[in-house]
Amino acid sequence: MAFGMIGTSDAPAVADAAPGRRSPVALLLLLPGVAYLALFFVVPFVSLIVTSLKAPDPFGEIGRYVYAFRWENYVEVMTTYWPHIARSFGFAIAATIIALLIGYPIAYFIGVKLRRFPLLQALALVLVIAPFFISFLLRTFAWKQILADEGPVLGVLQSLTILPDDARLTGTAGAVIFGIAYNFIPFMTLPIYTSLERLDLRYLEAGGDLYASPATTFFKVTLPLSMPGVVSGTLLTFIPAAGDYINASSDFLGAPDTAMIGNVIEANFLRVENYPVAASLSIILMGAILLLVGLYIRRAGTKDLV
Amino acid sequence: MPRSLPEDPLIRRLVQQARASQLSRRTVLAGGVGGAAALALAACAPESSGGPTPATDQSDSDPTLKWANWPGYMDEDDEGNYPTLLAFTEQTGIEVDYLVEINDNNEYYAKVRDQLALGQDIGADLITLTDWMAGRLIRLGYTQELNEANIPNKANLVPDLLNVGFDPGRTHSLPWQGGFAGLCWNKEKLPNGLKTLDDLWDPELAGKIVVLSEMRDTMGLILLDQGIDISQDFSEDDFNAALDIFREKVTSGQIGAVRGNSYTQDLINGDAIAGIVWSGDVTLINGEVGSDLFEFAIPESGGTLWNDNLMIPIGSPRKKNAETLINYYYEPEVAAEVALWVNYITPVVGAKEAAVAIDPEAAENQLIFPNEETLAQVKTFRALTGAEEQSFSTAFQSVLVGA
Repeated sequence: MAFGMIGTSDAPAVADAAPGRRSPVALLLLLPGVAYLALFFVVPFVSLIVTSLKAPDPFGEIGRYVYAFRWENYVEVMTTYWPHIARSFGFAIAATIIALLIGYPIAYFIGVKLRRFPLLQALALVLVIAPFFISFLLRTFAWKQILADEGPVLGVLQSLTILPDDARLTGTAGAVIFGIAYNFIPFMTLPIYTSLERLDLRYLEAGGDLYASPATTFFKVTLPLSMPGVVSGTLLTFIPAAGDYINASSDFLGAPDTAMIGNVIEANFLRVENYPVAASLSIILMGAILLLVGLYIRRAGTKDLV
Repeated sequence: MPRSLPEDPLIRRLVQQARASQLSRRTVLAGGVGGAAALALAACAPESSGGPTPATDQSDSDPTLKWANWPGYMDEDDEGNYPTLLAFTEQTGIEVDYLVEINDNNEYYAKVRDQLALGQDIGADLITLTDWMAGRLIRLGYTQELNEANIPNKANLVPDLLNVGFDPGRTHSLPWQGGFAGLCWNKEKLPNGLKTLDDLWDPELAGKIVVLSEMRDTMGLILLDQGIDISQDFSEDDFNAALDIFREKVTSGQIGAVRGNSYTQDLINGDAIAGIVWSGDVTLINGEVGSDLFEFAIPESGGTLWNDNLMIPIGSPRKKNAETLINYYYEPEVAAEVALWVNYITPVVGAKEAAVAIDPEAAENQLIFPNEETLAQVKTFRALTGAEEQSFSTAFQSVLVGA
C-alpha cells in the first residue's frame, strides 16, 4: 500500500502524454490495477475492519462471532500484546540494518567492481537470487538444523568456549533476527545494485581530484546517489519483516518469548479462532507500518525511488 | 481541446474506431465504485443460518478415495507402501490416496473450516480427528451421516465406544484408533526413566523437553498431576492453576518445544530427550532411530485416553467409498494388522484374537490391548462448554506466544 502512495507522487508522468487534460485511455489502462486493488485490497480491508469489531456469540460456540461495534477489542489487544508489537518492530529494524550492512557491500561489489566483467556480474547476480530457487520455508528449516543444539555451529562455538555449555542458538532473539536478515538480504541487495549500477564512476574520480578521501567520496557521492536503492531496499525488507511469523515461530528459529505480532495473529486466527483479536491486531500492525514507513519516506524522500 | 485527426485515411479510421469504443471516465468510475460497494456488501453478508448440505454421492462412477490421517497411523512396509490399503484396493477396486496431513486438530480444522462451512469438497473424503474436534464437526453439521447398510462391520465396534456423548449411537463417526498421552524418554540419557511429571521438570532436562500442542493431553497430564480428575467437573480455577505451571515451564525454558505430531522429529534428532507424547508413536520413533532407545509410560498420577474418529466431511462426493473403507477396517483381521503396526488401541472386537494369531505376545501389549489395570490409570478429558473451550484454548495458546 505504501507503494501506492509513492506511485501517486509520480503520477504527473501520465499526464505528460496528453497535456492539459486527463486521457480516458490512461484511465482505462489504470482500470485493471484499480479493479485488482478494489477486489484484493479494499474488500478484504473492509471485511477485516468489520471482523475486528465483532463480539463473541453469546451462545458460545467457539469461533462464532456476531456483528457489533466492539472497539474495546483494540484496547484489549494493545494491552495484552504491546510487547509483541514492540518486539516485531525491534526485530524488523535490527534485521533491516543487518541486511543493509551486508547487502550494500555486495551490491557495490557487483554493481561497481564487477562492471568490467559482465559475465561475472551476471553470475554474481544469479548467486544473489539463487536462494529463491529453494523454498523460503526449507531454507529457514535448514538454518534451524544448522543452529540446533546438536548442530555444527553451536558445537564449535562451545568447544572454543565462546559460548557456555548450556547456551542455545535456536529460540533466541538473535536467531530470529539473523533468520529474518538472511531471508531478506536479496530484497535489500537488488534495489541497491540497480542504483549503484548506474553510478557514473567519473563522479568518484572528480571526488578524488577535489582531494576528498575515499571515505568522504563514499559518503558525499556514492551513498547519496544510491539512496533510492537504499530506501526501496529497506522498505522491501522492513515491511515484510515486521509481519514475519515464520522465523519467529517456535517451529523454526524462535521460541514463545520471541513471538512476533505475526505469530500472535496466526495463533488467534488458526488455533483459537479468535478472529476479532486477530483482525484488530492486523489493522494495528498495518497502521503502525504505515506510520513508520510514512515518517521514513518523508525523511528519506521518494523522488527517485526505483 | 482534442487534437485534429491525422491526414492518413487508414489511421484516421483506426483512431475513430478506437474512440468509439472508449468508455467514458464517468462510466469507468461508476462501474468501479459500484463493483467495490457490491463486493464490500458481499463480504459483510451474514453467514447462512442453516448448515451446509451433503454433496451428491458419485462413488459408483468414481472408485477413488482420499483419506486424511495422522503420521504413523497406518501399517507401512519397507518401501513405504501400506499393505492393508493395497489389499483393500485389490478387493474393492477403490484407489485410495492416503494423505498424511494431520499434525494437530486445530491446525487441520483451520485449514478446512471455510470449505466445510460452505459444504465444499475439502480434498479428503475421510478424515480422522480426535473426540472433541469430531464432536465440534458433528455439532456444526460438517459431517455426513453414515449409512449403516454399507458398514455391517459396525457391529464389531467395542460396545463402550458406541454411545459417546458427542455422537450417540455413532451415526456420524466411528473410531479409528485410540491411545494414551503419557511420558516418554531417551533410555540412554535417562537410564532411571520417568515416573511422574516432577521427573520431567528436573532442571537437568531443561530445554530438552517436548510436549504436545494438544491442550487436552498436555494440560490433562498436568491437571492429573495436581490431583484433579479431568473426567469430572473441574473448575476454571483448577485449570488456571495447572496453566500457571505450564506457563512457568515454558517461560523458564524447561519445555523446549510444544508441537503437534511433529514432536517425533524432536526426539529423533536429539533436540528433545523426553516429553509428553502419544503412546503408539514410541514404537515408530524407535523404528526410525533403529534401536529401542525410547520408552513410554503412563505417569503415576495418570494419563489421558482419547480416540481418533473417522468421519466423512459434508462436501465429499465419495461417501459410499469411504463407508466401504470403514467397513473394511472393521474386519477383525485387518484391524489387528493395523493395530500391531501402529501400536494404538483398536476399537474392533475380535481384533485381539486375530492379533494373537499373528503374534502370540501381542495380547500382553498394553498399548494395543490395555487391561483393566492399565485403563484404571487413564482418564478421558471431559467435554468442555463453548465458553470454556474458548477461554481454555485462548489461555493455552497465549502461553505459546509468550503472552
